[in-house]
Amino acid sequence: MTQPNPSIGKSQRYYRETYLRNLPSAFCAGCGNGTILNAFVRAVDELITAKELKQQDILAISGIGCSAWIPSPHFRGDTLHTTHGRPIAFATGAKVMNPKLNVVVFTGDGDGAAIGGNHLIHAARRNIPMTVILVNNLNYGMTGGQSAPTTPLHVQTSTYPQHPEAPFDLTRLVEGAGASFIARWTTFYVDELIRTIKDAMLHPGFAFIEIIAQCPTYAARFLTEYQGTLSPDEREQYRRHPGAWMLKALKGKKKGEALGYPRYQLTLKDTLMELGIFKREQRPTLIDHLQGLWGLTEVDK
Amino acid sequence: MKAGLHFVDGGTACAEGAIYAGCRFFAGYPITPATSIVEWMAKRLPQKKGYYLQMEDEIASIAAIIGASWAGGKAMTATSGPGFSLMQENLGYAYLTETPLVVVDAQRSGPSTGQATMPGQQDIMQARYGTHGDVAPIAFCPWSVQEMFEFTIHAFNYAERFRTPTLVMTDGEISYMREALQIPKSGEFPVIDRQRLTKKHSSPDEIFLRYEMPRFGDGMNLLVTGSAHRPTGVRDYTPHFHRATINWLFEKSRQAGVALNAEGLDVDVLHLDSASTAVLSFGASARPAYQAVLTARKNGSDVGFVRLKTLWPLPEQRLLEVFANVQRIFVVEMNMGMMVNEIARIAKHATVVSIPKVAGEVHQSSEILDRIMEDESV
Repeated sequence: MTQPNPSIGKSQRYYRETYLRNLPSAFCAGCGNGTILNAFVRAVDELITAKELKQQDILAISGIGCSAWIPSPHFRGDTLHTTHGRPIAFATGAKVMNPKLNVVVFTGDGDGAAIGGNHLIHAARRNIPMTVILVNNLNYGMTGGQSAPTTPLHVQTSTYPQHPEAPFDLTRLVEGAGASFIARWTTFYVDELIRTIKDAMLHPGFAFIEIIAQCPTYAARFLTEYQGTLSPDEREQYRRHPGAWMLKALKGKKKGEALGYPRYQLTLKDTLMELGIFKREQRPTLIDHLQGLWGLTEVDK
Repeated sequence: MKAGLHFVDGGTACAEGAIYAGCRFFAGYPITPATSIVEWMAKRLPQKKGYYLQMEDEIASIAAIIGASWAGGKAMTATSGPGFSLMQENLGYAYLTETPLVVVDAQRSGPSTGQATMPGQQDIMQARYGTHGDVAPIAFCPWSVQEMFEFTIHAFNYAERFRTPTLVMTDGEISYMREALQIPKSGEFPVIDRQRLTKKHSSPDEIFLRYEMPRFGDGMNLLVTGSAHRPTGVRDYTPHFHRATINWLFEKSRQAGVALNAEGLDVDVLHLDSASTAVLSFGASARPAYQAVLTARKNGSDVGFVRLKTLWPLPEQRLLEVFANVQRIFVVEMNMGMMVNEIARIAKHATVVSIPKVAGEVHQSSEILDRIMEDESV
């Protein structure tokens, strides 16, 4: 914790001009996606400064939904904004065709766990080297606050007065599928997030980072309702800054350390979840196995 | 496979054509009757330091080849009806993002699982209109094992030349049928390679609405999206920009039609000089149709034969010229009558008669001959 802060001497303008396109942001005021873009850009800057990778080798791929707009059109680098649920499948083709690319997929809970859940588990199983940043805002934000496979049981969404399903635990899902690097944070833990994104991008295998993010427009509403009666003062705070209000709920309690990172515990609605790094191990990747096929069969018939 | 004469099935010929054309990435999902293509690619690509990937489904298969194409590779997938249905959304993505790639549909008799493994020609309108939104496809339709090889190469050539997905609309019959295949020597058959967009080109920021194709990893900061976009890739829903993009997709297809005509890849016309009756067909059903025409001619009837080598863009002007003196056109196809509606629209002066067949089997030439003679005797 005594390491020098690599962002010292670098202005907001430096990050903006070096890594972002000069385009207006489409995110709601208070959205967690800006924090994630910030953490990503800082992680990339640290890696490039340390000569661990080149900016031109980074390929950011996203699906459909709010999370998809984190890299596209904002990130100044190669970006591929694909169809709903399929970014990991597109990423698989790009990475296999050019293994030099450092592929980072931005997906959401709807994009990556509902419509694209199959691609997620198969990529984890294949251990294809890429970083999947799954932004879990607990609902479908872009289309207006509908229920997602991560929505807590019994909250009110645009599609259910009482959401009738239990949510996924995505870190355990990808662990079962074989991911070799697994982490979960919330947008509250920015420093840990920057470090984790760096580690994930250098990890030789499938790296999965779930980031629970505040959705000030929709999810903040049902989390507030859950928190029961608010004082008039609190109600006013929520009304003015719903993103900040929800972010408060994303702060956990410290519970030791593991794999070089602190661990936290967070109770969101009735679900107790761990935050931290859960797995970090190396095993041969899909690229290794595919290139291992070269020369196995005779050349011509 | 070495240059020379081989005896193989259509699927193998298709895969060899892809290898000849320089395809080095294939992603697919097992489905009959496209299996022989997939299996041969799986064997051949590692020999060429290429990549064969078996994906979790057909949606992922086409997604992976789009990603591979943007990463700089010539890429292909092959499937059959149910898989072709699953691919439609991402196929639309490939049209809009002007991604060169090849999709082979070995058509089987549907709908749904239908007569799985048995041939059909019921996906030809899906090839034209299957994805949502306006697109203008290029779809080849081989009728022999030799054409499976050659048309797959043409499909790659047109994909690269016009920076667009292209389709090979074959069927279970041609895919599994064994015939002689003459493989040309390397360099004998024309192969068109990708024109790469680099920073040296004029306005390299304009990555769409042009024929040069950029590649990930070249430091071009590519902005690729399936949303409506400006030529730079910046998302923009303004009517002007989207209209320009869609007009460009149609313009490319029109230009491809001109090129197909110049290369003799649009239609095959036989014995039509003085005939007032014509039989039109394509793919596997063109084989018994042609046999029926030959028999009818032997019996003294002046019947001509027209075969579509590409289904889309439909060579409307050429067909209008070909049918100028024809009074009756029989359209033979393995569906309830799809292409017949297009022909009736084009050849308004003629009587257009459908000879459909939905059975999971190719027409008998006698069925076609009987139908022609029935009308001749009236």
